[in-house]
Formats: sequence, structure tokens, C-alpha cells
Amino acid sequence: MSDVINGKGVLSHADAAEVFISDEPRTDWHDETLWFVRSKRDKASLQVPEWEELRSLASAIKDHSLSNLDNYLKEFEEKATANGIRIHWAADAGEHNQIILDILKKHGFSKMVKSKSMLTEECHLNPFLEKNGIEVVDTDLGERIVQFRQETPSHIVLPAIHLKKQDVSDTFHEHLGTEKGNNDPQYLTEAARGHLREKFISSPLALTGVNFAIAETGGFVVCTNEGNADMGVHAASVHIACMGVEKIIPRAKDLAVFLRLLARSATGQPITTYSSHFHKPRRGQEMHVVIVDNGRSRQLGRADFRNSLKCIRCAACFNTCPVYRRSGGHSYHTAVAGPIGAILNPNLDMKANADLPFASTLCGSCSNVCPVKIDIHEQLWKWRQVLAEEGHVAPSKKVAMKGLAFIFSSPALFRFAGRVGRKMMRAFPGLMNNKKMNPWYKQREMPEAPAQSFRDWFKENKT
Amino acid sequence: MSSREKILSTITANKPALVAAPELVLSVVADRENMVARYVKALEVIAGKAVVVKNLDSAIEDLNATRAAGHYVVNTVSALGPLSDEVTTDTHADTLEPVYKAFLSAEFGVVENGAVWMTESQMQNRLVPFICQHLVICIHATDLVANMHEAYDRISDMEGYGLFLAGPSKTADIEQSLVIGAHGARSLVVYVVEG
Amino acid sequence: MKIGLFIPCYVDQFFPDVARATYELLTKLGCEVEYPLGQTCCGQPMANSGFASLSKGCDANFISCFKHVDYVVAPSGSCVLHLKEHLHGSDEKAATHIREHIYELTEFLTDVLKVSTLPASFPHRVGMHVSCHGQRGLHLSSMTELRLPEFSKPMQLLNMVEGIEVSYPERKDECCGFGGTFCVFEEAVSVKMGKDRIKEHDVNEVEYITGVDVSCLMHLEGILKRNGSKVKTIHIAEILNHELKQKA
Repeated sequence: MSDVINGKGVLSHADAAEVFISDEPRTDWHDETLWFVRSKRDKASLQVPEWEELRSLASAIKDHSLSNLDNYLKEFEEKATANGIRIHWAADAGEHNQIILDILKKHGFSKMVKSKSMLTEECHLNPFLEKNGIEVVDTDLGERIVQFRQETPSHIVLPAIHLKKQDVSDTFHEHLGTEKGNNDPQYLTEAARGHLREKFISSPLALTGVNFAIAETGGFVVCTNEGNADMGVHAASVHIACMGVEKIIPRAKDLAVFLRLLARSATGQPITTYSSHFHKPRRGQEMHVVIVDNGRSRQLGRADFRNSLKCIRCAACFNTCPVYRRSGGHSYHTAVAGPIGAILNPNLDMKANADLPFASTLCGSCSNVCPVKIDIHEQLWKWRQVLAEEGHVAPSKKVAMKGLAFIFSSPALFRFAGRVGRKMMRAFPGLMNNKKMNPWYKQREMPEAPAQSFRDWFKENKT
Repeated sequence: MSSREKILSTITANKPALVAAPELVLSVVADRENMVARYVKALEVIAGKAVVVKNLDSAIEDLNATRAAGHYVVNTVSALGPLSDEVTTDTHADTLEPVYKAFLSAEFGVVENGAVWMTESQMQNRLVPFICQHLVICIHATDLVANMHEAYDRISDMEGYGLFLAGPSKTADIEQSLVIGAHGARSLVVYVVEG
Repeated sequence: MKIGLFIPCYVDQFFPDVARATYELLTKLGCEVEYPLGQTCCGQPMANSGFASLSKGCDANFISCFKHVDYVVAPSGSCVLHLKEHLHGSDEKAATHIREHIYELTEFLTDVLKVSTLPASFPHRVGMHVSCHGQRGLHLSSMTELRLPEFSKPMQLLNMVEGIEVSYPERKDECCGFGGTFCVFEEAVSVKMGKDRIKEHDVNEVEYITGVDVSCLMHLEGILKRNGSKVKTIHIAEILNHELKQKA
């Protein structure tokens, strides 16, 4: 199905996946590496007897938060402002980027450090700032690696999971002057530690994402394992935290539920190394929170899809997805890949992302691992209906489906088509056994066509 | 219309009917047996080390020995000796970068995950637990809670900044190989004081 | 108790032996089985491609075929799940009755007929393929993602078969990659997923791979044959209906 999905020359998921799989040993490695992460998640969940109850609670808290989102946002704004945090509102990606540039400009800063924030990836903040002369240094190790390589993260928790240590070694040799051919992760991490310490200390502004924003206290929580978010913000005189509107939870005690689920679902750790609770800027520091919509309020209005806004970005659905593991994050051509990306991105751009809800067998494993119980595979199915309705499915597919629907609505026609089809297959196997015309046949034999259908047998013998 | 109004009014128009907030009740009773031993184990799993002690003598010894070896030590625990008064809320990162070992106290530890909870006032400066090469934390054995629910019930003041810290800094961003000491502390020792 | 036997379109056309085994097994267990001759398809191929809106005629035909029976039984988890979730029509009362009384074969045997013994024998090494729609959709068995007690209805039945040796692949319930039209629109991933399943069954040195869904087996069979493997696929109905010649 080779169709370039938009004018920008981006490959469709199916085509990009085919390229990815053409290196089979590497595909196996990618699959096994991520399956290992899924297995760690299983082990961690088994150690918590109340695991399924926690998932239900998390889901219910998010349902409640979304149903009262406007009021909670206002409460958060009021409390945060009283705490000395400055709140900004951005309707879309462009406004979000401009707010950050304005803060940088106001202070006359020309550089900043940034810890992981998928929202800023979604808004394409880095290219925007770089175009405006700002040096942006991503400080999560995986993100720094892909930034050096001028790539995007292929996974929201493990940004460089598509790379092997030789790749990282080559990249660090080029950018950090590490020893050529030294692939030792310990050595490479140490090199990055030295390089980034200097950036942390010299950077006047640090940007972070937000994992949870608490309405009742006006504070927010940022979770990392490396400590890069904290190193950046505690050293900087200005801290900007960017959050989507859906990050709100009502009460501080709700955090217990989410922090018990988040890291266990993501990597199998019982909790991330650092769970930092920010409520006030430190003395002399400026703290900003940018609250971003960028299509989220629209998604809230789609009853079938609003559930996707419950996502806490643990990526458990990535790790369990048999399609993601064998096609790599970049084949999804969006900031957030994987199953959750496939239901979030059509909301951002239906035409450009029309292929994503089809990049799934609907096996349902994603919904089972989701810590907030998003019905991911059901939403994938529902997006397919919307995309077909809105005309974002290839016309040839529509014609084929119309033909099928017609045949299946008429028993006589179905019997006729079946009989003729089987006869043709038996008489002229070359018709179906054609690798160019029939994708099934490329790597699979066709089923043998029997002389008699079950119905024919039944009529002959049982009636 | 400002973006704020636009966003809030769209949300008001699009949000579903109010769903009640759930009661945070679990059917499983938290395990309260062998809290100290289980905390030690939990911290070990996440690459930290807990040492159960009768008093802080070994921590004091550690502090003095590190200093004697010529390393820059920051101490914020009065029971261990004089406080590092030169470190304040706004001490710059440049000054703190050479910190070799920091001694801090935490409010309590969490048995289910090995974390400790500490607030800004216990750090003297927010950067201290991150920028030091090695981190030592002191808690009382009686200050252990079973899980995160009990943890949040116990926190009375989050201050301007509060932190659950669980083990030394780590990353697995290169081929999923676990490396300890990404950006923050390379090691964590927690002294759990009994009695 | 009148049972309407639903034989999915492609099973009728390409796998009549599976249909026969299902029919014979149900009859053997004392059921009154009716096979409505006007049946065609469950409508899933259109719906999973995004064209559920086109399946109205297909749905109406299904309802008219099966509205008068007490239970509908089919040798396919996937088609049953689709009908359970999506069958509607102008005769909504009949559609609802069908949705509530449609069963995949193995769950019908364990839950409705409450079968405890089977006169079956199959002295072979068999690998169990857990089909997603039957498992995660119809809950025919427990799932590795969830922290819930373990069970398996298909396995419960296979354990009644004399001489059989059943094994699971290492990743017990990973998808085979069939996925309906996914198998052609995402051909590369689909085949890779199937190859990986087979690799794990090969480790167990199985002679057969079985499961509750013919579609998964058809996909795996296509790969096995292309690669010249000796391993065969067999639907669970064929095993449960299999008696040793000397016994018959």
C-alpha cells in the first residue's frame, strides 16, 4: 500500500514500517528490548495486590477531573498565582511557542535547557526557538542523543530506544569527542554528564514539562529518573513549566494513586527516582506555567475520544504493542507515537494522521496495560469509522468495501461469488498468487480453495 | 476573546456531565510487618543502600572522614555536627558544583518504593540533593510509612518545593543498560536510626 | 434448546472441515443444531476498515437468519465479538437477543453446555495460539496484562482430550498479526508478527498450532507453507471432534 500520506513526503505508517522491518535482526532487537520493558511492567504490577483497584481509581479520578476541568483550571490558576507562579494560557502550539520566546526575550536570554516535555515536541518548540536564535539544549540523555542526531524521539519515555550503543558512541564521538568505538554505556553516560553539567550551571532559563498539576494547592509535579529537570530549574533564574489542560488532578492525595502507577507502568520501577513537587519559585526565581489547549478542548467534546485525555504518558501501550515494537516510533511520524498517539493525533490533523488508527490489529493489549484504563483499541476502531466518514480513507478501499458489503447483504450473490472465486483459484492459481497484486501472497501462501463449501456439503448431506 | 476565555469557554461547552470524585479507598490493607527490613530491601532494589543503625555515629564518622580527605561536604543535619551555613536558598549552582557529599535529613521513608520525602527547608538549597556527587540521608526508623497513600496523608506542608527521592540518579537511555549517576547523585546511603 | 450454527463466510468457503467439525461436535453433544442456509458474513471486514456504516444489509441478513434460535454458536472468537458489540438492525429486539445469546464455540461448551468430558483423542504435540478477540474481547481466558486469576476455557476443553500435549509459546498471548484487513494493508508488520509467533512454537517442537479463530490460523498457515514448515494448523473444533480410528 505505497501511498505517501501527505504533501510533505512523509511515509505512511505501513510504508515506513516496511523499511524498518527490512533490517530484520535490528527489528528483532527493537522488539525484544521493548518486550523486556513490558515484562518489567508485568513484574512490578504483580507486586501490588491492589493493582487493578488502583487502575480503576486512577481512571475515575481522571473522569472526574475532565468533567470539572474548567473549574479545576481556574482553581489551579488562582492558587498558583497566590503562590507566586505566573500563569499563561496558549490556545495553540504557535501561541505556546511565542509565550516562551517572549519570556526569553524579556530577559535577554539566548539559551535555555529543557527536560523532557512531549508537549513541546507536539508544538515543535525547538525548531521555532532555534529559528529565533535561541540555543536549546535537551537534557534528558535520550533526548540529547536524538537532538545531536537531528532526529525526534521515537518513544515518549525512552526517546533513543531506536538506537544501538554503537550509534550513540558514533554520535558522542562526533559531538562530545568521546573515544571512537567505545560503546560502553557507562562511559558514554559519564561523557554526557560532564557535558550537561556545564549546560545546567550556565543556563539562565530551564523549561520542564508537567506530569500532574494539583488544583487544590496550585502546585505541579515533575517526574524524572536522571534528575535533569531539577538540575536545570534549581540552577536557573527562570523556570517555565508547560502543561496541557488535561494534566489537572483535584487533590494532592490523588497523587498517591498516580505515582504508584506511573513508573511501574512505564519501566517497572516502583517510583521514578525524583518526583518533584513545585509550589513556589525559590527566592529570587521566576516561575511560569504555560497552560496549553492545542486541540484538547475539542477532543473533550468528542464523546467517543475524550477518554484519551486521561493519558499520563507512561508509554506502557507502546511497549506492549506488537505493531509498535516491530515498526519503531518514527513510522508514526508524530511527536507521540504508539497506540495512544494513534488516537491523539487524528484530533490534531485528521488528514495527515489518517493512517495511524489502521496501524493496529486491534488486539487490545494496549487497553489492558493502560494505568488509567483508556479504551485505546476501541477508540482506534471508532477513529476508523470517523476517518472513513470524513473521506480520509483511500477511495479504492471504499470501493472494495462497498463491493463486499453488497455481496454480504445477498446470500445468493455471496454463494455465487464464493463458488466462482474458488473455481478460479483452483483453475488459475496465478491469479491470486501474484506478489505485486496481492499483498497476502508476498510472504504467505493462499489458503487452498476446496471444491465444496460447507454450505454445499450441508445441503447435500444434511437436508 | 483572550486565549484564557476561549479555552475555558470551549471546555465548559464540551465537558461531559459531572462525574463524582471517587473515594480513595482500597480493599487491600497495607502490609505493616517488618517495615524496616522491607524498606532496606526496597531501597536496595532501586540501587540505593539503607543502613540500619542505633545512632548516627557511623554517619558522623563518614562525614568527618570525607572532609578529612579534602572533599567539599555540605551538612544540613544538626545531629551530625555544624551546619553548612554558607549554603542558602539562593546560593548559585557555580558554588555548589564542587559538592562531593551532602548530608540531609528526610521527613519519612516509604516502604513500598524506597523513597524518602524531603522539603526545601531540609535541603537549605533545592539543588543540594541533585548536584552533590554522593548523597547521605538520615531518617528515623519510626518515620516509615507503608505506601504512597499514607505518605500523602502524612505530609502537612509541601513548602515551596518538596521531593520524593528514590535512590541515586539513573538512566537506561542507552540500549536499556542501567547506568547509575546520570545527572544527579551517583550514590545514595540512607541511615535508618532505630531507637 | 435450538442452536443456530453460524459459519463465518471465509470458513464456509475455504475451511469447510472446521465447519463440519463444529457441526458434528455440537450434534454429538446432543444439541439440536440448525444451519440457516441464507447466512453470509458478520460484517467485520467492512467495519474494521472504517465502513461499519456499509454493513446494514449484511446485519439485516444476519438477523433474519438467526432471530428464531435460542443460541447462536460460531467457531470464531473474532466474528462473535464483532456481532456482540455491533449487531443492530430495524428489528432491534431480535438483534439484542442475538447479541446476548451468541457464543464462540469453546465458551458455549464450557459455560452453557458445561461439558466435563469429551470422547476425543489427539495424541500430538500442539501449540496453543491465543487469539486476541476471543481472549481480550470475549474473555475466553485470562490475560497476561491483568492481575487477575488465571483461567482458559479452550485449555479446559483441550485438557479433556486424550493423549494431547499442549504448550504455549513464550509470549503466551501476543497477537499473531492477522488483524483483518491489517494483514494486507500492513503486510510487512503482519507477516513479521506471524513469523515471530511461529518461531516461539518451533522452540516447543509442536506438530500443530491450534486456536479458536480460523483467521489467525489461516495467516499462520500461509507463512508456515511458504517457509516449507512441517508444522500444521488445526482449529480447536477439529481437535475436540477428533476420535481415534480404533475407537470409532
